[in-house]
Amino acid sequence: MNFDWNTWASEQRIEFPILKEQIYGKPLVYLDNAATTQKPQCVIDAMSHYYLHDNANVHRGVHALSERSTLAYENARRVIQQFIGAKSHKEIIFVRGTTEGINLVAQSYGRLALKANDEIVLTELEHHSNIVPWQLIAEQTGAIIRVIPIHDNGALNLDIAQQLINKKTKILAVGHISNALGSINPIKKLIEWAHAVNAKVLIDGAQAIAHMPMDVQALDCDFYLFSGHKMYGPTGIGVLYAKEALLEVMPPYQGGGDMIATVSFEKTVYNQLPYKFEAGTPAIAEALGLAVATQFIQALGWEHIQAHEKSLLAYATPMVAAIPELSILGTTSEKAGIISFVLDHIHPHDIGTIVDRSGVALRVGHHCAMPLMQRLGVPATVRISLALYNTQADIDQCVAAIHDVRRFFKRVAS
Amino acid sequence: MNDDLRELYQEVIIEHSQNPRHFGSLDHPTQMAQGHNPLCGDALTLYVQCENNKIANIAFKGHGCAISVASASLLTDTVLGKTIEDALQLFKRFHDCITTDCTQPIDAESLDKLQVLMGVREFPMRVKCATLAWHTLEHALHQDKHVASTEGEDII
Repeated sequence: MNFDWNTWASEQRIEFPILKEQIYGKPLVYLDNAATTQKPQCVIDAMSHYYLHDNANVHRGVHALSERSTLAYENARRVIQQFIGAKSHKEIIFVRGTTEGINLVAQSYGRLALKANDEIVLTELEHHSNIVPWQLIAEQTGAIIRVIPIHDNGALNLDIAQQLINKKTKILAVGHISNALGSINPIKKLIEWAHAVNAKVLIDGAQAIAHMPMDVQALDCDFYLFSGHKMYGPTGIGVLYAKEALLEVMPPYQGGGDMIATVSFEKTVYNQLPYKFEAGTPAIAEALGLAVATQFIQALGWEHIQAHEKSLLAYATPMVAAIPELSILGTTSEKAGIISFVLDHIHPHDIGTIVDRSGVALRVGHHCAMPLMQRLGVPATVRISLALYNTQADIDQCVAAIHDVRRFFKRVAS
Repeated sequence: MNDDLRELYQEVIIEHSQNPRHFGSLDHPTQMAQGHNPLCGDALTLYVQCENNKIANIAFKGHGCAISVASASLLTDTVLGKTIEDALQLFKRFHDCITTDCTQPIDAESLDKLQVLMGVREFPMRVKCATLAWHTLEHALHQDKHVASTEGEDII
């Protein structure tokens, strides 16, 4: 189909009020979407509406506002259930974000399932939030962490993965898409291998959820996690999907109100799913905002979002690669809308500061993936990450700003 | 390129970052410390040789952004030959100035050649880059074995 995706993206920008901001007198070019995405008006409105008209605590209280907020909150859970194809709303646990969800699984399922010398398999691509929770539970249980290495192009080494996933493996925890390089991991295959040895699989979907349709039943993963703010929703809300049978046997992660059926000092009976894992007053407005964000994505259509991001990546990659003395890190063909790079002799932080003054927001640093940086032999990279509202004009302005950085440093060196 | 950026990346700073002075290590340091800025991944090791309470020789190695390397290079140039007390005094003056909000006046004169780093005040997220080497020097002079970090630096 010969469709003008750039025009399509320009039309979507209208929904995102912040994109009209001027930064140092220049139009904002926001290319830090892997860190967090901007929010459409409908998400902002849903949260405002809740506080203006419906605010009350959920699940207790018999008054009208409490009923409204409870219904809205539980409806949000069902909207999200459908968005990821979960079998039951009981499998949708609201958490603060992906990080909290991984900690929940590591502490609750990990403590249940792991004993000394059992193995947890991770990959070199992982974000710190999919490393450190496993190190904590490994210390507590005596389990051992094994790491699937990558090839130089940023793709997982599947030959070694196949050896590492063996009968000692109890948990495989892997990112769906690398936040630092954009590599899309072959999770379907990894899940099959892990299930063949009776291991459970956790997928960190933080970087995938805004960029590809998700069907957790088709994927057959045991745990899938994502954050609202990386998919055009609010901060402070995320989702842990887990198979109901696992959630049933897992002990609670945090104790408190809402997660109990009855409490006495002799014995407490936990509430049923999903409430067993939602102690305390939840992030209600954020859950509503997240549900609206999923509806926003579905109304646009995955086929459009994916085709646009693919075409923009294809537009940007050769332009970035053509900048002299620049090396792109992560060049596998299975890649999401992320371009990570380094420039010879110019540190990423200097690049980030300089392009910022041209209105260009890029991420510079280790991207919370220090082991990956060490593997690549760099202290940090510069990262361009795309979203549905980015256009070719954004890329043009960004690439021009990077050329300026080089000229700026060259003036002294020459 | 706007004026703030020209002020931050003055030629002398870029020049120091590309040709850092006293870059390397010392064979017989009397003091040594490591510094790390987790924000940028800047890492440096500072070697100091003190004689009669004076900094008789100094060197550093490591990697980092232009600001942190230039700051380390300028530090070595500035404190060489100073007494330990004078070097620590200078750190205090430098630190006070660079962490003073850019709308407030500072006594830049007293900083001598370190004045060129004061453009960093317009970039609060980068102050840690400029202070890393100095925190590391303080650790070295106090014989503190912990890795010096800039995380204690308040952003506002």
